[in-house]
Amino acid sequence: MENREPIIRVRNLVKKFGDFVANDNLSFDVTPGEIFGFLGANGAGKTTAIRILCGLSKPTSGEIRVAGFDVYHETDLIKRNIGYMSQKFSLYEDLTVFENIRFYGGIYGMKFGEIKTLAEELIEKLGLTEYRDTLIKSLPLGWKQKLAFSVAIFHNPKIVFLDEPTSGVDPITRRQFWEMIYEAAHNGITVFVTTHYMDEAEYCDRVSIMVDGRIEALDTPSELVRTYNTTDINNVFIKIARDPEQRSKEGKI
Amino acid sequence: MISIKAEYLYKSYNKVQALDDISFEVDKGELFGFIGPDGAGKTTLFRILTTLILMDKGHATVEGLDVVKDYQKLRTILGYMPGRFSLYQDLTVEENLQFFASIFGTTIEENYDLISDIYVQIEPFKDRLAGKLSGGMKQKLALSCAMIHKPEVLVLDEPTTGVDAVSRTEFWDMLKKLKSEGITIIVSTPYMDEAELCDRVALMQHGRIMKIAQPNQIIKDYTEKLYAVKTNNTYQLIQDLKQFSETKTSFPFGQSIHFTPTDDSFKISNLSKYLTKSGHQNIGIEIIEPGVEDCFMALMAKEPIDRGQES
Repeated sequence: MENREPIIRVRNLVKKFGDFVANDNLSFDVTPGEIFGFLGANGAGKTTAIRILCGLSKPTSGEIRVAGFDVYHETDLIKRNIGYMSQKFSLYEDLTVFENIRFYGGIYGMKFGEIKTLAEELIEKLGLTEYRDTLIKSLPLGWKQKLAFSVAIFHNPKIVFLDEPTSGVDPITRRQFWEMIYEAAHNGITVFVTTHYMDEAEYCDRVSIMVDGRIEALDTPSELVRTYNTTDINNVFIKIARDPEQRSKEGKI
Repeated sequence: MISIKAEYLYKSYNKVQALDDISFEVDKGELFGFIGPDGAGKTTLFRILTTLILMDKGHATVEGLDVVKDYQKLRTILGYMPGRFSLYQDLTVEENLQFFASIFGTTIEENYDLISDIYVQIEPFKDRLAGKLSGGMKQKLALSCAMIHKPEVLVLDEPTTGVDAVSRTEFWDMLKKLKSEGITIIVSTPYMDEAELCDRVALMQHGRIMKIAQPNQIIKDYTEKLYAVKTNNTYQLIQDLKQFSETKTSFPFGQSIHFTPTDDSFKISNLSKYLTKSGHQNIGIEIIEPGVEDCFMALMAKEPIDRGQES
């Protein structure tokens, strides 16, 4: 895996809003097929970085390539080659299960025939056959999130960005969701995920932890636990996120 | 002494039964948690207790006041922090606090002692607009505003959702302090690990309470034998454990898979042999104590699942 070209390559990423430095010289690579956990305290700069990687915002400086494309000039190509899902917005509540899949497939330029075949397969695989024509708003949250993830990878993107995908989901569904993530990664889709559930960080191949605009740590979960001489990622996180009083003085909490 | 008493509460929104026969009691000065995923009914319950909506059926009192008949009086002794940030974004930190104080006919000075521990952390930014605060700071301001009239009962709806692990720890420390002042606190959360920080918890799902107990009692009542299983290949392990003939449940839990066997006569060596045969290396299997999340999932499995119940 080490010899392959990184699917995300970030060198010296800086993003400023006026005087405020949201991303302070980030450098990291993500390997194809990897599950990459992007953790950080609230306000650490995760969302800013994700928006740049998704081609939604331009960096102030730095060299960044996503799926082989440049984030300054090739944002359309980036958008076509990634999938995105968040807790806040995932599917259209007043469209049916099938209509949502068709809509997203269409957005990504898939042909209707292909969409239809793959959509029916997907609906069956998710056990949603009898809910094919049901409006999204009447489905339980857990189902919605599983469907939203499937929709985000429906066009077979190289990378999928997941922004707190399991927030508020029940514990069993949360695990089924991670099994879907494992499967996607197994099939070669790179997964870039943020979460506040520290146990989920343990499922990642590698984890980065951001504090105040910088990446303070980046390694496999087991190596991080060893380096910080503690028991799990939750404790690693708490050790890394700086002394609260200090951060509070700087207005970052 | 009982602070909150709810009896047979029902509430539905169209076809969705948001609360389905909810009864419980919270003691004065207790820190009581409602633990459950979105759609469990936590917010609906809290809105009924804070007199913001009416139940379809049932009866509830807070500090002896009826949530329907005595709503005006009740509102003066309640502090409520809704799940969504609902302070005025275009007022400053200090203006928000002043606003809430004046609504309740008091001043910041009069009750400053009560909130000083929390407010002192955001006071350096008192001239900043509330909308410009980061998540952790918003949360502290919202708690200060909910406390400024010195309520007897504090109702906190998912105060730590979407908040990072460090801020969550700080927030629970603040709650412990408020509890020591004798304030009754009910708090809801989807994070199972926060159950251990409460005196007692109600585990909720689909509008029902599955269990009410002290956190350590919930763990004691777990009857399964629980094992943590680890190998060099977690993805393969998930698949293989599902295929194993003696698997009752298997769920990923951070660094390991939590496994329960179908039968008490289960032997670790059987599973070890099976995994070796399936090509796993560095196999680790050990019996472990469950956490609240294990217990929650075991209870979920016993509950009938109503499809399409949540909204």
